[in-house]
Amino acid sequence: MSIVDHPLPRQSDIVIYRKPRWTEGFIHVLLFICGSISILSTISLVIVLGHDALLFFLLPDVTLVDFLTGTTWLPSIGKYGVIPLVTATLITTFFAISVALPLGLSAAIFLSEYASQRTRGLLKPILEILAGIPSVVYGFFALTFITPLLRTLLGNDNVQIYNMLSAGLVMGIMILPLVCSMSEDALFAVPHSLRDAAYSLGSTKVEMIFQIVLPAALSGIIASVILAISRAIGETMIVALAAGSGSSFTFNPLNAAETMTGYIARISGGDIAYDTPEYNAIFAIGFLLFTTSFVLNLIGRRVTSRFREVYE
Amino acid sequence: MSQPQNNHKAAISTRSLAIYYGDFRAVKDVDLNIVPRRITAIIGPSGCGKSTVLRAFNRMNDFIPTCHSEGEILYHGHNIYDSDVDPVSVRQHIGMVFQKPNPFPKSIYENIAWGAKINGYKDSLDELVEDSLTQAALWDEVKDNLTQSGLSLSGGQQQRLCIARALAVKPDIILMDEPCSALDPIATLKIEELMRSLSKKYTIIIVTHNMQQAARVSDFTAFFTMDEDRAGRMVEYGETSQIFTRPRKKQTEDYITGRYG
Amino acid sequence: MGYIQPTYQSNSGIKQRQILARYWSKIFLGSILIAILALMVMLINVINDSYGYAAIEYEYDPSIYTPKPIEDLNKVELMKLLSENLSTYRWRTIQQDVSIDQLEVDEIRELVVEELLKPTVVASYSLIPSLFNRTEIHQEINFYHPEARIDFYSWLDFQFLIKSMSVVPENSGVRTAILGSLWIILVAGIFAIPVGIGAAIYLEEYAPSGKFKKIIQSNIDNLAGVPSIIYGILGLAIFVRVLKPLTSGTIFGLELSTGRTIISAGMTIGLLLLPVIIINTQEALRTVPMSLRQASYGVGATRWQTLWYHVLPAALPGILTGAILAISRGIGETSPLILVGASSFINKDPTNIFSNFTTLPLQIYYWTQRPQDQFRNTAAAAILVLLIMLLSLNAVAIILRNHYSRQSRP
Repeated sequence: MSIVDHPLPRQSDIVIYRKPRWTEGFIHVLLFICGSISILSTISLVIVLGHDALLFFLLPDVTLVDFLTGTTWLPSIGKYGVIPLVTATLITTFFAISVALPLGLSAAIFLSEYASQRTRGLLKPILEILAGIPSVVYGFFALTFITPLLRTLLGNDNVQIYNMLSAGLVMGIMILPLVCSMSEDALFAVPHSLRDAAYSLGSTKVEMIFQIVLPAALSGIIASVILAISRAIGETMIVALAAGSGSSFTFNPLNAAETMTGYIARISGGDIAYDTPEYNAIFAIGFLLFTTSFVLNLIGRRVTSRFREVYE
Repeated sequence: MSQPQNNHKAAISTRSLAIYYGDFRAVKDVDLNIVPRRITAIIGPSGCGKSTVLRAFNRMNDFIPTCHSEGEILYHGHNIYDSDVDPVSVRQHIGMVFQKPNPFPKSIYENIAWGAKINGYKDSLDELVEDSLTQAALWDEVKDNLTQSGLSLSGGQQQRLCIARALAVKPDIILMDEPCSALDPIATLKIEELMRSLSKKYTIIIVTHNMQQAARVSDFTAFFTMDEDRAGRMVEYGETSQIFTRPRKKQTEDYITGRYG
Repeated sequence: MGYIQPTYQSNSGIKQRQILARYWSKIFLGSILIAILALMVMLINVINDSYGYAAIEYEYDPSIYTPKPIEDLNKVELMKLLSENLSTYRWRTIQQDVSIDQLEVDEIRELVVEELLKPTVVASYSLIPSLFNRTEIHQEINFYHPEARIDFYSWLDFQFLIKSMSVVPENSGVRTAILGSLWIILVAGIFAIPVGIGAAIYLEEYAPSGKFKKIIQSNIDNLAGVPSIIYGILGLAIFVRVLKPLTSGTIFGLELSTGRTIISAGMTIGLLLLPVIIINTQEALRTVPMSLRQASYGVGATRWQTLWYHVLPAALPGILTGAILAISRGIGETSPLILVGASSFINKDPTNIFSNFTTLPLQIYYWTQRPQDQFRNTAAAAILVLLIMLLSLNAVAIILRNHYSRQSRP
């Protein structure tokens, strides 16, 4: 009966040969192009930065050695030592990390080890808001609130109107959410069974956190700090507004000094002529920034992927 | 409720213990006297609250926010759930070995020494490590690699490391929550042998799915099951030989002969 | 009592350890409170600078123009005043923006006040002192500026939103800047969202796992970490200079001879957002379970059909959330546009992608830099506008995500 109702298909009805699917192929190519655009933008970045930086170094009075070792940066009189810009960048970065690491890590510990689901749901969005505020707003905050505060606390004579400390501290608040959320991910990745094991040996919560969970999450935390450093080095608006313009070679954080990004912003903000030394210097400094952040990101992500491997 | 014949002083005992997850009563009416320096197995079908009861013995349930209990768990005359009891010190005396081996991502040496260190152990740590590893029958295998990560060991070795780690705190009671469920048969056999030898010095309570294992290693067996309201309940408790050969309750007999469900 | 005596660790100091533990838990909580405090202080600081007393003086006394009070003049008299006293050049500039004859009488009166009397804010105060030290402020103003009128001034009001740039703080507004921001983010979104989603789909669903995919992936991760000012350098070199004929619109017959246009800025921001969108989309695609794809293939669907009918709809909320967050980041970006935009004073509304531009964050930057105190007030007001824009975008994203995570919960 059923054989009559459902005859076997004839062999000619069954086509399993490969057939052309033009739309599929077209879409594949389209998506491939989308994927390649990112490569294109990296290549053009390298070419642009490399080409114009090269133009800068080909200038008659610029040498690579002077650039990397000179302690005066005054392109208008032919002094091209990048050191003052670098030290200013490192000093602001140092203060940023000194704020962001302890606060961000502690906040991450609170969120991951103490906060209830509800508290977490309440606190996380606040940190996300903090992370979503544009850096120019932080710059305004540094200049109009933190700097006057510092000047009141430490004395107007000691603290200049533009100073690296104010910029660095505010930058620290800005990257705090980054450190916090990455560290929290790292803490979260530590298996729960390790916490159980520590408790079952009679450890208190803090002993468990400091001696078991933090060491186990260490590489993730280090990665968060590396990426935070990279962010701080590349941050522009806060230093452009609060750290001061005009390079100066100083280690006193209460003084004004221009960072690498600050220089780029100031020079390009005015209407400068193309192909002047000042203009080409932007690209040389940009190249330095790009390579630094590139290397830091690379290390950061290596470290991150390592801690993932351990527990997954 | 049937209790073991030998009238020892209990190592730990429960009085009408009930444990809740939120409003859901997971375990009810547990009255259990654990005999010291013996192995007590808790068996029963999945979801009958065996592990919940075990974790109540050293207050590991504290970390489940909705979990709370009624009744008493008496340890040396104290109810460990009394408000003046410090759960951390409870755990110093009642150690635990977990379902999956969970060594710390530290060296073998550090794995053992850590618990003792935080608890203020003053004597030679080297000796303690050697002693604990020896007791856990792991010393010979790892003595040359003490600085190696605990994670580098095989599953069975890791679990013995976890046992050694628990021993180093010098506990009174060791709770084992299905300690062999993640291990192969050979490693399982080793752990079972180890348990037998440890029972001379420690009181061991083991939760297991594996009835053969309970029959092989334990001196006493408690059989738990689920009531219609899905709350776990202790059906029968007695010497292992008696439970497995002459169970008093029909439910026990059905379960151990495989007619359960 | 109650503490069970340890067997060997009689001096394990459990009490001290517990005290230490409590002490640390307060430090952890304190850190997050400091972060919240910082956020609140920032907001209060901005609001504080956006409102408060201001002392306003007229540069020219009304009596030099007319014996009658200005409030009593009619339209004809006002027009006459304007045409007599304004320079022909100024008159023509105003006529370019609006035709004066068609204005309402009140609007002309405003024009007269602004153009002829030139009110200027000679002193401004923040909100908090304005609320608590009223009398001192009044005394101070009366002492230093006896002529001045004292007003409680809202720097952020409707006028602020619809006025464009001015050299005078109190005449400044953010209309040009808001329009510029919107134009640029539109261009950036049109470029970066489709390309970003496409790239993510390629990487997650098409690219054979191998060296090529690894290179693209790590390249994208690195691009996401490149400082945004570097994108500005890229935009300056590529869009403003190399592609100038294209981005200035000259090949389309436009007269403008600069490449510092909305299209250049939009593409620069677009390139900056691209890796962000790709990464967010990839994450959204990864949450779609493999079983869904298998089910679709199992009934004979092609790869694209599977994607289009099953994978993309399932990942859509995640993709949208990611795109919105990227957009809000793009709106707040400042440093790349300093390089691409450069001209600091624009008071003409952008009309097409080849217009010059300013944006809200750029405007905040320029105003904050200005030495006059009153520009700090306009900067604060502009920050409020920017934050309201961004917060509403973020709120949409958060609602979307919460809705989504509730749906996907088993």
